[in-house]
Amino acid sequence: MSILLEAKNICVSYEKALAVGDVSFRVEEGDYICVLGENGAGKSTLLKALLGLIPLKSGEILPHNIKPSQIGYLPQQTQVQKDFPASVREVILSGRAAKTGKLPFFRDKDRADMKAYVQMLNLKDILNRSYRELSGGQQQRVLLCRALLAAEKLLVLDEPAAGLDAVITHEFYHIVGHLNKEKKVAVIMVSHDIRCAVREAKHILHLKKEASYFGPSEDYVKTRDYHYLLGGCCDHA
Amino acid sequence: MHDILLLLSLYGEAVFAGVLIALSCALLGVNLVLKRYSMIGDGLSHVSFGALSIGLAVGVAPMAIALPVVIIAAFFLLRASEKEHLHGDAAIALLSSGALAIGILVSHLFQTNMSVEDYMFGSLYAIDRGDFILSVVLALCVLVLFVLFYNKIFAVTFDESFAKATGVHVSRYNSLVAVLTAVTVVVGMRMMGALLISSLIIFPAITAMRIFKSFKSVTIASGILSVLCFLLGVILSFTHRGLPTGATIVVVNLVVFILVTLFSKKRV
Ligand SMILES: Nc1ncnc2c1ncn2[C@@H]1O[C@H](COP(=O)(O)OP(=O)(O)OP(=O)(O)O)[C@@H](O)[C@H]1O
Ligand SMILES: [Mg+2]
Repeated sequence: MSILLEAKNICVSYEKALAVGDVSFRVEEGDYICVLGENGAGKSTLLKALLGLIPLKSGEILPHNIKPSQIGYLPQQTQVQKDFPASVREVILSGRAAKTGKLPFFRDKDRADMKAYVQMLNLKDILNRSYRELSGGQQQRVLLCRALLAAEKLLVLDEPAAGLDAVITHEFYHIVGHLNKEKKVAVIMVSHDIRCAVREAKHILHLKKEASYFGPSEDYVKTRDYHYLLGGCCDHA
Repeated sequence: MHDILLLLSLYGEAVFAGVLIALSCALLGVNLVLKRYSMIGDGLSHVSFGALSIGLAVGVAPMAIALPVVIIAAFFLLRASEKEHLHGDAAIALLSSGALAIGILVSHLFQTNMSVEDYMFGSLYAIDRGDFILSVVLALCVLVLFVLFYNKIFAVTFDESFAKATGVHVSRYNSLVAVLTAVTVVVGMRMMGALLISSLIIFPAITAMRIFKSFKSVTIASGILSVLCFLLGVILSFTHRGLPTGATIVVVNLVVFILVTLFSKKRV
């Protein structure tokens, strides 16, 4: 298995406050990593740093067999101006904007792939609607679709299930699992659904500024971190 | 009808170049308005005025000075708006009033034939052959580049961080937009003046955004509206001799905007 990304002792800070401190891990082809931790633990910051959206204070990120154009990303929040004119179709296809290289237009393959994901995420009926007029959950689905379309080797998801209804959430985990197993797309996902994360992912990265746990999910359930996070759940017995 | 033929036979070239510039302004305008850079066209046209008058004063081809100066200014303004060192709008105001003042002083001191009138409204009918060819070539470059990079420009305008994360060279396309805007402003400024250029950038885009909801339809509609308003303005001013061309075009744009706003009220 080949390594895609390697994070070596990365630290990120906002002004003076350290948000991520000394985190190291590697992402291999076909990996499925869930990043867990409390609110404010630095999960979103870590993802942004991995994607080169915010500068590192120290440490380094080494991409090995991957180009940025092979990455799909779903941000936790996307601020799109209220009046931005964009159809759902345009937003989804923009996931392939970097992949067409020097070609000015999308290829037939891009459109065919889009159709497939649109079908899976049940977006067909709203394809021609205006993005800004959708409900929060619908917008999340559209951005998810855009991320899936962009992900060739690596899919980076920041709380993808936030705002999705139960049916689509289920379908979503199914799609990601399929991409991961069949197409060997590596997945890094931030989630607050701990049980689901442990069930789906192969590795867990538990973040409290530093990585307090990074290893297989089977072993994670034996840690204090796991029980601490679960402690917040009402169904914990 | 007769008047229109006469207009074309007399000033066909100028009208043709004007149409291309109106089109370039409208396409870039959608992008600039959405990124909240509406006033950049205005700021740059002032800078362009300053540079043009210095060029005239020292006897160098004015465009040769104005182009690089305005391109640099465009980079500076786009950066300033991004970084929020200076407030972006303040930076635009500083640069444009400064450049305007310098332009007027230089024109006065060196007695160049560039009047404030020219600066406000340009001189569509006064362009010579060289200017015509340059304008057409530059405007065509703007249009071709815009079409070629349309998808990337959309991605960057819609969601810059997603675009960056997924490998679109965001700064490259932001620079591209800056350069295209600068070129359009310099070329358009000479022919149509500062007032007209900034309104050609803003009006068609805003009007189109009232009617359409997808980026592509807004862009296309903006281009079509811009050209139609430009032509209507030119024809009106020609047939009613004495109406200043630039001001007429702006008013036509304004009227269309108001009409569209009234009729699309129920949607907003
Ligand atoms: N733009 C910012 N400027 C300053 N501080 C920030 C910024 N974004 C995040 N922080 C701080 O960095 C820390 C980590 O934030 P981050 O968004 O990475 O948390 P998170 O783990 O994603 O939390 P959540 O579960 O709520 O999404 C927090 O303490 C937060 O206050
Ligand atoms: Mg977060």
